[in-house]
Amino acid sequence: MVNPVTHNLKKYFRGEINYTTCPGCGNGIVAQAILWAIDDSGIDFDNYAFVSGIGCSGWIPSPAFNTDVLHVTHGRAIAFATGLKLAAPNMKIIVTAGDGDTSAIGGNHFIHACRRNIDLTMICVNNQIYGMTGGQIAPTTPYLSKTTTTPYGSVERPFDLSKIAIAAGATFVARWTTFQARQLRKTIAKAILHPGFSFVEIISQCPVQYGKVLKKRNDAVAMLMDYKERSINLKKARELQKSELKDKIIVGEFVEERNVPELTQEINRLREEALQKCQR
Amino acid sequence: MEKNKKIRNADFLQGNIACAEGAIMAGCNFFAGYPITPASEIAHHLSKRMFEVGGTFIQTEDEIAAIANVLGASWGGAKAMTATSGPGISLMLENIGLGVVTETPCVIVNVQRGSPSTGSPSIHMQGDMLQSKFGSQGDYQIIALAPSSSQEMFDLTIEAFNLSEQFRTPVFILSDSLIGHMRERVELPNKEELALFERRRLKSYQGINQKIFLDEKVALMPVFGNGLKANVTGSTHKEDGFRNVSDPKILDNEIKVLSNKILKHKKEIIRIEEVNLEDADVAIFSYGLSSRAVLKSIEVARKERIKVGSFRPITIWPFPDEEIKKLSNRVKTIIVCENNLGQLLPFVKAAACENCQVIFLPPKTLGTLYHTMEIIEKIKEVV
Ligand SMILES: Cc1ncc(C[n+]2csc(CCOP(=O)(O)OP(=O)(O)O)c2C)c(N)n1
Ligand code: SF4
Ligand SMILES: [Mg+2]
Repeated sequence: MVNPVTHNLKKYFRGEINYTTCPGCGNGIVAQAILWAIDDSGIDFDNYAFVSGIGCSGWIPSPAFNTDVLHVTHGRAIAFATGLKLAAPNMKIIVTAGDGDTSAIGGNHFIHACRRNIDLTMICVNNQIYGMTGGQIAPTTPYLSKTTTTPYGSVERPFDLSKIAIAAGATFVARWTTFQARQLRKTIAKAILHPGFSFVEIISQCPVQYGKVLKKRNDAVAMLMDYKERSINLKKARELQKSELKDKIIVGEFVEERNVPELTQEINRLREEALQKCQR
Repeated sequence: MEKNKKIRNADFLQGNIACAEGAIMAGCNFFAGYPITPASEIAHHLSKRMFEVGGTFIQTEDEIAAIANVLGASWGGAKAMTATSGPGISLMLENIGLGVVTETPCVIVNVQRGSPSTGSPSIHMQGDMLQSKFGSQGDYQIIALAPSSSQEMFDLTIEAFNLSEQFRTPVFILSDSLIGHMRERVELPNKEELALFERRRLKSYQGINQKIFLDEKVALMPVFGNGLKANVTGSTHKEDGFRNVSDPKILDNEIKVLSNKILKHKKEIIRIEEVNLEDADVAIFSYGLSSRAVLKSIEVARKERIKVGSFRPITIWPFPDEEIKKLSNRVKTIIVCENNLGQLLPFVKAAACENCQVIFLPPKTLGTLYHTMEIIEKIKEVV
């Protein structure tokens, strides 16, 4: 007799799990890391809401996660999440977005959420390409990459998304690759509890579209091994010269700043002050 | 309200302020916006008042974020509003479409300015009448109201909230820079006397295939944060919110049900003001600020025993075509007065079905008030 075993995370899914991601896609690792972190948080799943944009990463919570899910337009997830958080400040709100979603069409919302320090958890799946639309260059694609819209090799320099988040004032910033699934889980758990805007960047394999660019098409394992090779912890990286860091992926928790005013609390303060003035 | 010394039971209010106070009277507790002439006074006023009523005000990074904040807040249970002018609406349109298909109540105020493009910020025009209905991609219905005074800026903002909650849909206020900026007496009702439509919420989780969308009679809204596991997407979906982007039948159903949700309730939604039409041979179709000059002209013409009356749609969308059809059977001529190159004219013509003559009379110079003489001359010409 075989005893049926139910996966620990199955309880978080809406009906049967039916993901439409390509085989080997990093989104599965990211989805699991998020749900394990939620499991670790001890907070009821009903208190979470997910807001996602358009792109493969938008499908991580939508429609699969069995709680409130708002799947919106390309690039705008953070802006919708901001309104939702301000109206329902007790909810834990997690945004999942792609690199294009975050830094191209939605770049403005991204930096302003960092600046406002609104208590949202932003999970950015950086697969360094436009996955969903067929492998076009993203603002994160490395220099000289040949993509479907840069047949001669890209001539633009890529963004470092974590650096942008830090510069824009995010109070929790971390980066891992999908190879470091355990660290990722811990970091997301921390990010969820962080009282302010937290940005978790995940360098994640898109074996279909970015694999093609790397000549590792459909070879998720090769991409993960590459992440393993190139990842370097932030503490180690500090000891190295810039030239030694070429092609490395610096991973770890870059920023964790508490005691910075958080937007929903600031707005609550304004309400209280306004009410007091009225009563006087 | 009681605390604000300036505002008593009647006051002399700028149209934009009347709109802001109307929103508060309607229970609006979330405002997001980006500064733009001639709508900014609404934001100025609400940046103070929202907090006094325990609500939220946020100045966003752009109008795309403003409407996104508003829609997100509405899912969080707020009565939410944004206010802008044409350029801001242009930026909002993609998300307004999302608001329509996700059946998200909210109010969008467009204080129209001279356009196209950056245009003339403080010149009043009625240039965005079609934008509100046709601006976002695809077939959809919208509700839009056109105030013609400070009083109506107040009253119709309340009505816009009521309609948005009743039909779970974004509702437009189509004002213009002159209505927004002119000051007039506004009578303020007591809140207790007001009939406010409260959101019809889903109370408990009904299972994975719960019907939370696409009901012509308007599905109950599964407001977030209540354990209702709402599955909300701008992609084509079924009643339970599950996306299906491959079956044309699902798409066909979504488009038709959402349209019918508005069109089958036209009688409840549409409001018209008719003046002196009982015996009229000539009717003037006008709305918003234009109708102020039209009414004056009719008053003058009536003194000369000319049988002319006014047909003023307060509801622009859904378009009052049946009412116009009836009118076209009663009158010989409909004169269409609008401060643009004839945006609603084709709709009037189509509704009138050649039952009567339909002619167009824009103001001599676009962006200016009609001279009553212009209108009276035209009336005399057609009588
Ligand atoms: C306004 C708008 N422009 C373009 C698109 C098409 N589009 C969908 S996803 C996407 C890019 C996806 O890339 P990314 O955000 O990196 O997500 P990924 O698929 O890689 O996870 C684009 C351009 C759209 N949906 N909406
Ligand atoms: S295209 Fe790339 S990112 Fe999208 S599902 Fe496939 S592998 Fe994943
Ligand atoms: Mg991508």
